Amino acid sequence: MIELATLRMIWWILIGILLMGFAVMDGFDFGIAALLPLVAQNEMERRIVLNTIGPIWEGNQVWIILGAGAVFAAFPIVYAVAFSGAYFAVLLLLLTMGIMRPVSFKYRSKLPNLFWRRFWDSVIFIGGFVPAILFGVLVGNILVGLPFSFDQNLRLTYSGHFIDLLNPFALWCGLTSLMMFVMHGGLFLAIKTDDLIRERAIRWSRLAAIGVVLFFIGGGIWTHLCVTGYQVIGNIDPNGFSNPLNKTATQTVGAWLNNYKLYPFLKYVPILGIIGALGACFTANFYNSRFAFLCSSASLVGIIGTVGVSMFPFILPSSLNPSMSLLIWDASSSKLTLFTMLCATIIFLPIILLYTAWVYHVLRGKVGQAAVLANKQAY
Amino acid sequence: MLPINDVVMLSRVQFGMTALYHFLFVPLTIGLSNLLGIMETVYFITNRPIWKTMTQYWGLLFGINVAMGVATGVTMEFQFGTNWAYYSQYVGDIFGAPLAIEGLMAFFLEATFVGLFFFGWDKLSRGGHLLVTWLLAIGASFSALWILIANGWMQHPVGARFNFHTMRMELQDFYSVVFNEVAQAKFVHTISAGYVVGSMFVIAISAYFLLKGSQTAFAKRSMAVAAAFGLASSLCVVVLGDESGYLANTNQRMKIAAIEGIWKTDPSPAPLTLFGFPDQKLHTTNYAIRVPYALGLIATRSLTRPVYGIEDLVSHTKDRIRSGILAYNALLTLQRNANDSDALQIFDANQHDIGYGFLLQKYVPDVRHATAQQIEQAAWDTVPDVPILFWSFRVMAGCGFYFIAFFAFTFYLCQKRRLTEYRWFLWIALLSLPLPWLAAELGWVVAEYGRQPWVVEGLLPTFLGVSSVSAEMVWMSLSGFILFYTALAVVELYLMVKYIRLGPTVLSSHAAKPGDHFHD
Repeated sequence: MIELATLRMIWWILIGILLMGFAVMDGFDFGIAALLPLVAQNEMERRIVLNTIGPIWEGNQVWIILGAGAVFAAFPIVYAVAFSGAYFAVLLLLLTMGIMRPVSFKYRSKLPNLFWRRFWDSVIFIGGFVPAILFGVLVGNILVGLPFSFDQNLRLTYSGHFIDLLNPFALWCGLTSLMMFVMHGGLFLAIKTDDLIRERAIRWSRLAAIGVVLFFIGGGIWTHLCVTGYQVIGNIDPNGFSNPLNKTATQTVGAWLNNYKLYPFLKYVPILGIIGALGACFTANFYNSRFAFLCSSASLVGIIGTVGVSMFPFILPSSLNPSMSLLIWDASSSKLTLFTMLCATIIFLPIILLYTAWVYHVLRGKVGQAAVLANKQAY
Repeated sequence: MLPINDVVMLSRVQFGMTALYHFLFVPLTIGLSNLLGIMETVYFITNRPIWKTMTQYWGLLFGINVAMGVATGVTMEFQFGTNWAYYSQYVGDIFGAPLAIEGLMAFFLEATFVGLFFFGWDKLSRGGHLLVTWLLAIGASFSALWILIANGWMQHPVGARFNFHTMRMELQDFYSVVFNEVAQAKFVHTISAGYVVGSMFVIAISAYFLLKGSQTAFAKRSMAVAAAFGLASSLCVVVLGDESGYLANTNQRMKIAAIEGIWKTDPSPAPLTLFGFPDQKLHTTNYAIRVPYALGLIATRSLTRPVYGIEDLVSHTKDRIRSGILAYNALLTLQRNANDSDALQIFDANQHDIGYGFLLQKYVPDVRHATAQQIEQAAWDTVPDVPILFWSFRVMAGCGFYFIAFFAFTFYLCQKRRLTEYRWFLWIALLSLPLPWLAAELGWVVAEYGRQPWVVEGLLPTFLGVSSVSAEMVWMSLSGFILFYTALAVVELYLMVKYIRLGPTVLSSHAAKPGDHFHD
């Protein structure tokens, strides 16, 4: 079997890939839902916009469900701390993304009543807009650290409140993630629609792309100057037991940029995030926006990757007691679990990619008035 | 810091409520998706349009239901983290894997193809669409498989061992977790129950069409398919329910004793109590009607092996608690010095009982100082609420036997083509609609409420599993769930009833068609 340290590293990367997969695949659903009031101005336009993602958003959402499941299986204590610590943020995410979104898509089309439809339109908007911000807010708080500690039996104590999660830096990250998803969603809409909707989508997407670049660079400067980063003191055994009580760590302002000094090649990760967004902005009109969509995907990958490599080897730092922070090396599952899960992923992830690609292939082409009216099952 | 009682109670109410609510939609998703597959297969073979109409109409109702199944399912996954944090970190090494594999293998499949099921009719060949429908159905059933492997492990935790370095249970043998006999029996029992729900749904609504005298050809064909499928499934449910009972008698004896209201061990083979009124305080079952030998034969499949009564099981539990105290004591030593060989030896000898030691933490935080009276109390805590289990089980089992008779008679009438001659039976069919849901919910109660006070049988008491959150926080989330879930239930029921009343004509008529030619 593979060494424990290697498995931990593989799972850290795999969870990163699942989160990136989520941002690329489900991110445009959030973005389009958030753009709905801006790009569609009458009932037919709204139906066209909703039907671009109607058949696929459900499959896309599984990326985050799988991502959460993978964290549960591979880093159980991270799952426990993050979900119970950010209690109301997670529940708000659940309410908007997990509960409101599925029913809003399904139920909107079931009655022709205008009031009914406008009601579900606003639910769809909330189901896209709120999670798009919340994801960034959560990432911002993870960067700052959550106020948790453990007793000898690893029972958790959490001493923060929901309102603490809404600190300025986290809100900045929240706006960044909103613009990331709007940029991405606008471009998907541009690929799937024509004429007016397409033009509006491209305009908003470009604006969001510029916002992404500015906010991302701004966030980097903020992290460098004001945000307390974390550092492990002394050596830690990457093959050691998964118990976060056996190390020492400290907080220093700007420490999240240390990895770039240690490993200069890592700077290409944030550069990808910036170049991708710029590319998306400049090429939005070319080749039916397909290339721009790829650029936007690269930007999402780069930005999420930046958070990961900046924090390495930290997954969830503790602002209350930095030495109790959760690292890749001391918060994982056992070797057998990681290995079993790796085997399952190697078998099923390629199959998932294959059938997802097939579904997108079947549903290829523009969605317009004719398509919406022709399909009796359309939303 | 040990959890507060209110938080435990509220977290349990919240989990139980959201699980029971989720379980209103899931069995119908599982059952209907397979019926859709069967109907569309007939369409594929015969190419007769009525079978396409059937697939599309039942698919429409399926769609209204599946949205709720998805919306309430994510709640379950997230809740392990938000409200059961200590549980998640204590057993996540084993429990997380089947949940993640469920996503990889099943939910991805189901969720990816559910969109294509609705949007693919004009984009795919007939064979292509049939494939999509079956992949959807397979996804739904596989999903149940992995969830029940996870749940089966909570009932009968095999293939895992406590590691004092990491203070949690760790996986020893994945094969035995997957092929856990309890999980496999539960899987077949539960998806068959889903098939019964789906079949009853189709039969009852078809009976409604026949009573109205509309859509006769449509309704008769739907009923024939559902009656055959339901008959096979209801037989399966009862047989596998019996298998679950047999397995529970080897793994969860307390649950069996509570279900049967057995306080004192009877001479083998034990009699089966058909009816009675169990009294939790006086340890008797009043007015009991007993069938000699029957339980011994069912539960042990022998004439000689006993079915233990609650009082004997409790006294056995006391021994395990004492052994758990030894393990706990050794654990504290090992936390200070992991190389203490004496402590290691004691710990290894008693570690399988450490969960029983934890039971005492309800009364005394440091279990080493437990008094004999506290041990007695903790031992009696392992007895679930007997009257609730006793009655839940009987109503559920009664429904099960009723379903066999019901589907058999429906099947007979379909064969003889005499369905429309028996209006009274159509009324019975319509009124039977809620019964499979009742049985399914009570099945959940028997399995999960009957597992109390354990969250993982014998390993971790439920009260230790909760998150370190305040009672106010759980109050707020619980109120939020009740509010939103109630609102959604109203909308869902409204839409279901509306589309059932419209009937299959909704697919062709323009007047009521969802969203047709609708502009501002």
